[in-house]
Amino acid sequence: MADGRYAAGIAAGRLDSAQYAENFSDLHPPFDQHEALVEADRCYFCYDAPCMQACPTSIDIPLFIRQIATGNPLGSAKTIFDQNILGGMCARVCPTETLCEEACVREAAEGKPVQIGRLQRYATDTAMARGRQFYERGTPTGKRIAVVGAGPASLACAHRLSMHGHEVTIFEAKPKAGGLNEYGIAAYKTPDGFAQAEVDYILSIGGITIENGKALGRDFALADLTANYDAVFLGAGLAGVNALRAQGEDAAGVENAVDFIATLRQADDLSKLPVGRNVIVIGGGMTAIDAAIQSKLLGAEQVTICYRRGREHMNASEYEQELAAANGVVIRHWLQPRRVIVENGKAVGLELEYTALRDGRLVGTGEAVTLEADQIFKAIGQSFDPVPLNGSGNAIEMEAGRIRVDAEGRTSLPKVWAGGDCVLGGDDLTVSAVAQGRDAAESIHRTLVG
Amino acid sequence: MADIRNNFVGIKSPNPFWLASAPPTDKEYNVVRAFKAGWGGVVWKTLGEEGPPIVNVNGPRYGAIWGADRRLLGLNNIELITDRELQTNLREIKQVKRDWPDRALVVSLMVPCEENAWKAILPLVEETGADGIELNFGCPHGMSERGMGSAVGQVPEYIEMVTRWCKQNTRMPVIVKLTPNITDIRYPARAAKHGGADAVSLINTVSSITSVDLDTFSPEPSIDGKGSHGGYCGPAVKPIALNMVAEIARDPETAGLPISGIGGVTTWRDAAEFMALGAGNVQVCTAAMTYGFKIVQEMIEGLKNWMDEKGHARLEDFIGRATPNVTDWQYLNLNYVTKAHIDQDLCIKCGRCHIACEDTSHQAITAMVDGARHFEVIEEECVGCNLCVNVCPVEGCITMQPLAAGALDKRTGKIVEPVYANWTTHPNNPAAKIAAE
Repeated sequence: MADGRYAAGIAAGRLDSAQYAENFSDLHPPFDQHEALVEADRCYFCYDAPCMQACPTSIDIPLFIRQIATGNPLGSAKTIFDQNILGGMCARVCPTETLCEEACVREAAEGKPVQIGRLQRYATDTAMARGRQFYERGTPTGKRIAVVGAGPASLACAHRLSMHGHEVTIFEAKPKAGGLNEYGIAAYKTPDGFAQAEVDYILSIGGITIENGKALGRDFALADLTANYDAVFLGAGLAGVNALRAQGEDAAGVENAVDFIATLRQADDLSKLPVGRNVIVIGGGMTAIDAAIQSKLLGAEQVTICYRRGREHMNASEYEQELAAANGVVIRHWLQPRRVIVENGKAVGLELEYTALRDGRLVGTGEAVTLEADQIFKAIGQSFDPVPLNGSGNAIEMEAGRIRVDAEGRTSLPKVWAGGDCVLGGDDLTVSAVAQGRDAAESIHRTLVG
Repeated sequence: MADIRNNFVGIKSPNPFWLASAPPTDKEYNVVRAFKAGWGGVVWKTLGEEGPPIVNVNGPRYGAIWGADRRLLGLNNIELITDRELQTNLREIKQVKRDWPDRALVVSLMVPCEENAWKAILPLVEETGADGIELNFGCPHGMSERGMGSAVGQVPEYIEMVTRWCKQNTRMPVIVKLTPNITDIRYPARAAKHGGADAVSLINTVSSITSVDLDTFSPEPSIDGKGSHGGYCGPAVKPIALNMVAEIARDPETAGLPISGIGGVTTWRDAAEFMALGAGNVQVCTAAMTYGFKIVQEMIEGLKNWMDEKGHARLEDFIGRATPNVTDWQYLNLNYVTKAHIDQDLCIKCGRCHIACEDTSHQAITAMVDGARHFEVIEEECVGCNLCVNVCPVEGCITMQPLAAGALDKRTGKIVEPVYANWTTHPNNPAAKIAAE
C-alpha cells in the first residue's frame, strides 16, 4: 500500500504507481472481432428502428450493425460518420443507456439491449486504426467561415463545411482542440489520447485551420468575425460555473469540478495529482459523477456526492449512478450546502441542510448535518458567459441564459449561427452538439451557396 | 412412462435414435462411445469391396453454413466411404455386436453394380452377426463418379436390380438408402420396393457447394484452390427430408414400406416429426458431429416426456399420424380463412412484421397509429399468409387465427362458409370437377 494512502488534507500519491494506470484504464474495453460479431448477431434490423430515432444524430444503427455482422466494418464506420463525424467519441461517452440502447427492442424483450455503443466503437476504431478517410474536401467555394470554439459542435460544423468546399478557421481559447472531449470527460471513458486522435482524424479532410489561444472577447470580437468572414458559427460551450452561494465558498479546497476534471485530463502523471482524503461533490449531473469517481480512483478514502433533490431527479443516468456506487462513491440525496467549515483558511468540512419538496418547491427543513471534507467540488451546473459577445454591435438574443437559435441553428444576428452547449434547447450531450454543428453547417452552406 | 423401444423391420433397439452411416460410426471406438451415451443403434459407415482401401482427400472434408451466433445450420462433406481395411471393420463390427447385443447394428454397403461384388460381401457381413444392411445408393460425391452411390440411386432400375441381388443372397433385412438428388423421390422408393427391400432410409446428402472463398475464388471446402460438390446435411435439409418421407409414406404404391427418417434430426421434436410423417425410426449424424453423442439423452427424455403428455404409450401410437394430413394443394380447404393477430403485450415493436408485409406482401400491418409506433393487423388487407409470424423474433407474439364459420372476412366482404371446399370445385377452375353453383 502506498505510504500516502491516508495522508491528511489534499495530497498526491495516495496509490501505488501501477494502480493509477489500472484505475484509469478503459471503462469498457473494446470488442474484439469475435465479440463484435456475436453482439452484432443480436440486432433484429428493426424497421424505422427505435434506436435510430433515439440517436440525436440519427445514425442508421441497424445498417451499421448489419455491416459489422457481414464483415464490412469500414462500411459500417462510414454509415456512422455520415451522420456523426465524432462517432468514435460518442461511442465512448454517449449515455447510450438513455438513448439508443434504452430504445433497443431487445431492452423491451429481455432487458438486454444490443450493445450499440460498443459496436459503434468497434467500427469507428477499425476505420481510424486503418487511417481510412471517407470524405474529401469539396471543390473550393471561396467562402470563409469563422468558428468559435473547437469542441464537438464546432468540429462537426467545420468538417461538414469543409466537405462542402468552404474554408474554415476555428478560434479556440485553450491550447488544444476538442472542447469537453479533451478537457471535460472522465479519463477512463476516453483513454490513450483518443480525443486528440479524433481531432486529427477530423482535420485531415483539410481546409480547416485552428488558431489556439484565441479567446472571443479577449483576442477578437464577434464584430471582427462578421466583418471578415462570410459566416460565423458560435460553439463556445459553457465557460461559467454556477456558484454555491454558501458561506466559506472561497476557502482553499473548494473547487470547480470542471477544473479538477480538466486538470486531471491534462496531467502527465496522475500520481502527482493531489486529491482530498475526504471529498464531497455537490451536484447531481454527469460532471458530479465524473469528479466523484475520479477522486475515488485517485485514492480519496471517502467520496460523497450530495444532491439537493432525490435520486429520480438526478441528471446523471441510473447507469452512471450505479457506476459511482460500484466505485465506492456514496450518493446522498435531499441535502443542500449551507456553510463550508474553514480552519486556517482551508476547508475541513461542510455543513448541509436537509431539504424537502413542499407544494412543489424545494425548501430547507432546518435540520443540518456536518460532513468532514478537505476537498469540495462544485458541480452544480455551468452557464453560458455572454460577456465576450458584448461589443458585437447588435446583441445576440438570449433566452434562459443561453443563445437563442432556430431549428437550423441561426441566431438573431445575420451571418451568425450557434450550436452545442451554448445554445438553448440542447441537452448538454456531445452527440447533440455534433448534430447541431452538422445541421448548422448545412444551413450555412444553403445560405452561402443556395 | 412411455415405452420408446423400437422394432424396425425386425431390428430391435432400446430407442428409435440411430446414428447414420457417417464418420461417427466408422470404427469400434466411436460406436462404443455412442452406445455408452445411449444411442439405440448405429448404421456402420459404408464398407466397400475387399481390396486396397479407399483414399480420402488430405485437405478439409467439410464446409458449413451458420446461423446467428454461428450455430451450424448446414454441413457439407466430401469424405468417401470407409478408408479402413474391410477385415478390420468386419472384425470390429462382430466384436461390438457381441458386446452390445441389445443395440441395433446395421452395416452400410457400397460395392460396384455387379452381382458378384454383392455376393462376395454379403456373407462376410452376415458372419459378423450384424442386424441388417443398408445399401448406400445416396452418396453424391466421389463414389458416384465411379458408378456407385447416387449414380445407382438416380436410376430406379439399378436400385431394383441391386436390391433384388441382395435379397436373394442374404437373410438379413435390406434397407435401401435413397438420394434426394432426383426429381421425384417416389420412383426410387417404388424401385426399392419392387426389388424386395424391407425398408428405405432417407435422405442421403444433397449435392452442394457451401460457399466460395472470395479471396481465392475457390469453392469451400477448398483443396489446394479447387473444390468439388459435397453432400449437404444438417438442420437446413430437414424440410426437404420431411417432404420426401411424406411423399413415400402417402404414395399408394409404397404405403406401408418402412422408412428410416434421416435429414437434420437435431432434437426429440425433429425425430417425432419424422415419425409422425411415417418414419419408423430416425438416423442422426450432423447433430452428433456438432455437439457430441450426449445429445441423445435430450432426445430420449424429450420424446418420452412428450409422449407421456400426449398419452402415446408406444412409438406405434403416433408413427404415421401426420401422414393422412399431407395432401395435394388442390384438396386444401379454401373456406379456411385466417387472419394474423399481434399480441400487443408480447410485441417488442421491432417493426419487422410491418416492413415485410409493407414492402413484400399485402400492406396489412400498421406502423403508426395516432402518432405512436404501433403494429396491428389491418384485417381488410390481411390474406393470412403467415409471413409476419415467420419474421417475428418473439415466439407466440403473432398468431394466425381462423375465422369461425359465419364470420365476415373483411378482406373479401364474404361470410366464411361452414363447409369444406377446394380448388377442384372452385368456379375459377376451368377443370372443376363439379360445376359451380
